This record gives sequence, C-alpha cells and structure tokens, in this order.
Amino acid sequence: MATVKFDEASRIYPGNDKPSVDRLNIDIADGEFLVLVGPSGCGKSTSLRMLAGLEEVNDGKIWIGDRDVTNLSPKDRDVAMVFQNYALYPHMTVADNMGFALKIAGVEKSEIRKRVEEAAKILDLEPYLERKPKALSGGQRQRVAMGRAIVRSPQVFLMDEPLSNLDAKLRVQTRTQIASLQRRLGVTTVYVTHDQIEAMTMGDRVAVLKDGILQQCDTPRHMYDRPNNVFVAGFIGSPAMNLLEVKVVDGGVRLGNGTYPVGRDHLKEASGDSVTMGVRPEDLTLTSAGQGIPVVVDVVEELGADAYIYGTASDAKQHQDVDESGADLPERPFIARVDGRRPPQKGETVYLAPKEGHVHMFDSESGKRLGD
Amino acid sequence: MALEITAVRPDPALLDLPWALPLEHWPEEVLAALPRGISRHVVRFVRLSHRVLAVKEIKGDIAVREYHLLRNLGRLDLPCVEPFAVVRGRLDRAGEPLDACLVTRHLQFSLPYRALFSQTLRPGTAKRLIDALAVLLVRLHLAGFWWGDVSLSNTLFRRDAGAFSAYLVDAETGELHQRLTDGQREHDLDIARVNIAGELMDLEAGGLLEDSGDPVETSNRIVTRYGELWEELTALERFEGGDRWRVDARIRRLNELGFDVGELAISTDLDGTQIQIQPKVVDAGHHSRRLLRLTGLDVEENQARRLLNDLDSYRASQDRQNDDEELVAHDWLTSVYEPVTRAVPRELHGKLEPAEVFHEVLEHRWYLSERAGHDVPIEDAIADYVRTVLPGKPDEAAVLGVDTVEMPVVAMFPDGGAGP
Ligand SMILES: Nc1ncnc2c1ncn2[C@@H]1O[C@H](COP(=O)(O)OP(=O)(O)OP(=O)(O)O)[C@@H](O)[C@H]1O
Ligand SMILES: Nc1ncnc2c1ncn2[C@@H]1O[C@H](COP(=O)(O)OP(=O)(O)OP(=O)(O)O)[C@@H](O)[C@H]1O
Ligand SMILES: [Mg+2]
Ligand SMILES: [Mg+2]
Repeated sequence: MATVKFDEASRIYPGNDKPSVDRLNIDIADGEFLVLVGPSGCGKSTSLRMLAGLEEVNDGKIWIGDRDVTNLSPKDRDVAMVFQNYALYPHMTVADNMGFALKIAGVEKSEIRKRVEEAAKILDLEPYLERKPKALSGGQRQRVAMGRAIVRSPQVFLMDEPLSNLDAKLRVQTRTQIASLQRRLGVTTVYVTHDQIEAMTMGDRVAVLKDGILQQCDTPRHMYDRPNNVFVAGFIGSPAMNLLEVKVVDGGVRLGNGTYPVGRDHLKEASGDSVTMGVRPEDLTLTSAGQGIPVVVDVVEELGADAYIYGTASDAKQHQDVDESGADLPERPFIARVDGRRPPQKGETVYLAPKEGHVHMFDSESGKRLGD
Repeated sequence: MALEITAVRPDPALLDLPWALPLEHWPEEVLAALPRGISRHVVRFVRLSHRVLAVKEIKGDIAVREYHLLRNLGRLDLPCVEPFAVVRGRLDRAGEPLDACLVTRHLQFSLPYRALFSQTLRPGTAKRLIDALAVLLVRLHLAGFWWGDVSLSNTLFRRDAGAFSAYLVDAETGELHQRLTDGQREHDLDIARVNIAGELMDLEAGGLLEDSGDPVETSNRIVTRYGELWEELTALERFEGGDRWRVDARIRRLNELGFDVGELAISTDLDGTQIQIQPKVVDAGHHSRRLLRLTGLDVEENQARRLLNDLDSYRASQDRQNDDEELVAHDWLTSVYEPVTRAVPRELHGKLEPAEVFHEVLEHRWYLSERAGHDVPIEDAIADYVRTVLPGKPDEAAVLGVDTVEMPVVAMFPDGGAGP
C-alpha cells in the first residue's frame, strides 16, 4: 500500500498547444479511494494514464510512496489497472484462474496459494476454489476475474470507467460493491468517472477537473456544502444548484423585489456590482408573493414525499454556462424541491426564497467563491 | 423502438434474422457451426446471402465504437475482421429491449487457436502462432493502435506457407492514437504475455497441449519477437561515411521481414563522417504487394514470398532473365500456378486456400523427390498430393465440430447476497 502524489504533473499531447493536464497537484493518502471526475475531455483518463505509466509526463512528477515513478515503465510501478477484459479459462480451476499471473511473475507456489486463499475469502469464493468457472454464476465469475487483480496485491488500483458497459441498475449495485471491496482491501485506489453521482457515492475524496485543471479536491460532503467555484457548484449535485446573477445592494443582494441579506464579508471581495448566487433546489422554500424569486413553473416532477419543480426565474438572470469553445449552452431551468403533498401547478408563478445560511456567493468574473 | 441498422451497404436480408430472440436462442437453421475462441459475449455465426457473418451480442454504444474502430483499422490497411453492421433497437417478443449486435464478416479460412490445437499439430505451432501475433502487434503499434486485450483468443490465424498470419478480431478495448508511447506499447505486451500464458496453461489443463514446452516460457516469446521486430523496423543506425552499403542492407533486411520502406531518414553529422539512418514509414506486405502487381494474386505474405521464389526459379529454368518480368509472371501463372490449383477437385476446395495448396504441393514435391532420389515432375506431385494428402485434411473454409467456449461474465455482483 502506498500514498500517491501528483506533483505539478502536466501532459501536452504532441500537436496540441494546450496541456490536457495542467500542473496537477493531488496528494492521495494510503488506502484512500480517490475519484477523478469531470466532463468529457477534462483530462481524467490522461491523469490516470500518467499515473499508470501509459502517458508521458511532460512536466512535474508522480510519486508512489516515496518512489519517484515519473519515468518508470508501467510494470515497474506496482499498479494494477482493474477490470480490463479478464478472460476466464474453462479448463483451469478457479484457484488457477486467480493465481496464474503470479506464476508468470515467478512467485513461489506456496505464496500463490496463500494469496489466492486470502483473496477468495474477501470475495466469498472460498468454497469454489477447486471448481471450474463454468460451474459458477455470472457474478461469481466476475469476482474470480476481480481476484486476478487482487492477488497481485499492487500498491495502487487504477480503474477507468469500469462500469460503463453495465446497464443503469447493475451500475448502481456494482458501485457500492466495488467501494466496499476497496474498503475491505484497503488498497489505495484511483477511479475515473464522468458521473458525479458515482463519484460522490464512491470516493473518500473527489477531484473535479475541467479543461485539464483541478478545480477542487475534497470529501463529497465538503464539496457539496462548499464548492470552490461556480463550475464545481453547477457540476456537483443532482438536480443541479441554481445559479443566478444578482445585484449587490445595501445589506445584501437584490432578489425579486426584495433584498436577501448577505454579510458584508461575503461581498466585499466581489469584483463587480453583481455576483453569482447559488442555491440548491432543496434549500428553497415557498414564500408569499413579492418576497422571493418569482418562478414560472414549467414542469412538476412528483416523487411522493417530495416534488421538484422546473421553471423559469422571470425576474433574475440565470448564470450562463459555456462549452469548451466559449459558446453559450442552453439555459438551465430553475429547480426547487417542494412538499410533495401540495405541489404547485404547471404554469403557476411561485415565489421561492433561499433558506437562511444556505446560499453560495461567487464572483461573477472569476467564478471564485466569496466568503466561506 | 424500431430495429436500427448501421452499415455501409446494408443487406436487406439482415432483416430476416431472428433479432427478437436472444442470440443464444437462435435456431440452428440460421447458424453456421464454426469454431470460436474464448469470449465473454455470446458470438454466433450465421449464413446470409452466400456469406458467413459473425454476430456478437454486446451493449449498443460499445458495438458502435467497435464497428468504427474496425473500419478505421481497415482503412489503415491493418489485418482485422471486416465490420458489416451494427443492429440496435432490438426488442424481444414481450417488448423488452435486447442488447445490440455487432456483425462482422467471417474471415474465410481463418482458424481460432483452439481449433488449431484440437487437430494434430506439428511441434512448434504455439511458437509460430506467437510469431504471427508479434508481427500483427508491431503493425498495429506502428499505426498507433493500442489493443488493450491482446490474446490468442482475440486473434484469428490463417495458414501462410507453413507459418501463420494473424488478424485482429476483437477491438472492443482498443484505442487509435496519433502514436503510442513506450508505456502503452509495454502495457500491451505485458497483457499479451499474461493472456498467452493463461491460454496455453488452459490448453495444458485441458490436455490439448502436448509437449509444447512450458507455457510461461513460450509466452515470453511474444516479448522477444516483438522486441526484435520493433528494433529492426524503427531503430536508429549510425555508421561511418564509408559504409554506405549499410543503407541498402537495412532496406533489404526490412524487405526480407516483409516490409517496404516508405520513408527512410538519412542524416550526417556536421563534418559528414558519420551517417545516421532511421526508417520513418514502413509498410507491411512487401512480397504480397509485389505478387499482386505481377499476377493479380492476393495472398498472405509468406505465401507470396514462396510463390515469388517459385516464379524466380521458373524464370531461371526458362532462361528468361531478360524478358519483361510481368510477361514471365503471366506465363508462370497460367502454366505453373493455375494448373496446380485447378487440379484440386471441387469437393476438396474447402480444405485449404489455393495459395496454401500450391505451397503444400511444392513441399510435397520436395519430399517425393528426396525419397525418390531425383526430381519428381510437378504433375506427379500434384496427383499424389490430391490423392494421398489433401483428403485427410480438415475443411478449413468452415471448420466444424470443434469445442467452442463461451464464458459470459455477466456483471460484477448481480447475484447479490454472496457479494462482499
Ligand atoms: N492521444 C491524444 N492525442 C491528442 N490529444 C489527446 C489524446 N488523448 C486525449 N487527448 C485530448 O486531451 C484531452 C483530455 O482527454 P482525456 O481522454 O484525458 O479526457 P477525459 O476526461 O478522460 O474524457 P472522457 O470522459 O471523454 O473520456 C481531450 O481534449 C482530448 O481530446
Ligand atoms: N468475423 C469473425 N470471423 C471469424 N471468427 C470470429 C469473427 N468474429 C468473432 N469471431 C470468433 O468469436 C470469438 C469471440 O469474439 P470476440 O473476441 O469479439 O468476443 P468477446 O466476447 O468480445 O471476447 P472477449 O471476452 O475477449 O472480450 C473470437 O475469438 C473468434 O474466434
Ligand atoms: Mg474476445
Ligand atoms: Mg471483447
């Protein structure tokens, strides 16, 4: 087991003028489950491959434990890329299917047996070790395949979208299994996904990347409660956080016809006379006319105890997302969670006010978080 | 959702296949029983409009990705199976969605390694298969393709004048890059070595591998063969200005290995005493391209080498060194090659490809001549070969009745309970 450190690590692909991974710094603790997440093309896979030794590091360093592995070949790094297409061999026993790669690596027979038995215990495969894979269920076979990676007892497991070929239901099931298996094994793991829900449910910490640049690396809780910038605020959480451009006024910011109180500390660093205010859908309450943000309801999604309304905030400018090239993306709907027993009707105008202490303020120009 | 077919030239007959059934349950009358390698997905062969197609049931987006990847590899002139279609939007009779299918053309006269091992084999087959795979891997890597799942199962083999040539069959994990890093190449090689060792150990455990040596040792051959070939094809070579013959020697060595040099970088140091050369672009198929140009025959590389050698001896024996090469080649084709391949009766056509038959007849003549102590005419060799050797060979256009293996690994922990 080991720590992993990205130390100002950069990768510029030949022919590109911009780095795909730009001075990445992450310290990963021994035994930690770290998830790299971000939109397509943000550099997640490249970062993982740099760690695996599949991609050159043009600048900076990568450490595993106290070894500088920046220039080591993949097989000398003691990392294992898990869930590639492991084949199972029909004539070999489950034990041999799990252990044969160790034989190739020249590991002693007794040591192989020991490691296979340990892995089988963790994977609940002990009773099947002498059977042939044909006699196993699909799930057991997958665990045998997993066992092949485990018996190598690498310092670090690397996984790149391992669930992408499963359907939605199995994906949910499997991700909890992987996370709990990782915790049992205690092996430092770096996991790549584009799915923020997957990231938030699996990781001890989550690192959000955008355009090759690390935006924030934090525990899921902290990332959710205190996003560093507008991008993270809008990316993490489902449904997404509402982001509004609001005017700074005496004592707070203007919301609808009223003033939402915000402490001076929060706003004093703002670079313009307006700021971006973020409120999560669950942090809004219905108020009376004139008091909050007027929202015309377009869609009501009823989920039993709760309902989500999707609407248009008529009196407030929504924060504009842009794609990689800087072009405007379609405007996001304004979303609020309301009581499921008395949801508003489609077409109705409702007034929504943020709960006290549950707003996030960002600088409209830099996107950075204001205050704490 | 309606059935959605992606194909370059969709064959309407595709619609007649029983897409509403899981591939596993397709009725025997549409299937062709051909051998396959180990796979996690269900794969079946079907006959359709006088063709044989391979159908693999797989998630839609993965099928589309593999389809396009195979097309791109084909455009780069790399040996791989030819994609035919992707079929999505399948529903079963109850209206429940079924996985998509990737359809590829069955590669004629191709042999999965397991079929080869279930026949009586010449010793050293494993080694020759690995040699062929090494050539394939080097070619893929030169083109920037990272395979990700190199194995004997994911390769198809065709006989090639006593050796084998290898084709990529499973591109699911592959990625096409501008060029590969050393780390990516090493990773592929490492995967290859582990998979090959596993596959050989499996044959050993099943009693199918006789005396082919230690699987681990044999699997190491992929690393050494690959390394040698990569070095010869890409290494920078430095020599004194007086040794210019080494430029020509390098090109000849590459030709001998079956590669043409498309671009060779030559540079000298400042005072011009030292010369450096490095191949920049190499293309496989040196002999097969030459044979194609001369005769129109499209065959594997070693077969082409063999045929070209025979053409050369024909030319010498006819004393026609000064004649136009193409004319001689034409005469050789009509008076030597075609009579041999035409001597194979129709019912034996499915045994071996014509070029391989020709190669075997030449071998057979050599063997008969040695036994007789004098040259045996080619006509006699053909007659004897067709009578005594060929009928005993398995049908390799479509090998039947060989152990085929499917090992679906459905999902991570779908059986709940027992999971960790
Ligand atoms: N071999 C390559 N050559 C040139 N550019 C590349 C190469 N591989 C990736 N890139 C570029 O580098 C950037 C990061 O790619 P990367 O694959 O790491 O992104 P990702 O976050 O994993 O995306 P996805 O979720 O789509 O897999 C992208 O802009 C991509 O186009
Ligand atoms: N076009 C083809 N021509 C001949 N044989 C084929 C063809 N397509 C597939 N096969 C056979 O079917 C087998 C399985 O196909 P393939 O490797 O694509 O399946 P898979 O389930 O993706 O395998 P894996 O478990 O390696 O991911 C191959 O080993 C090969 O023997
Ligand atoms: Mg395969
Ligand atoms: Mg596959």
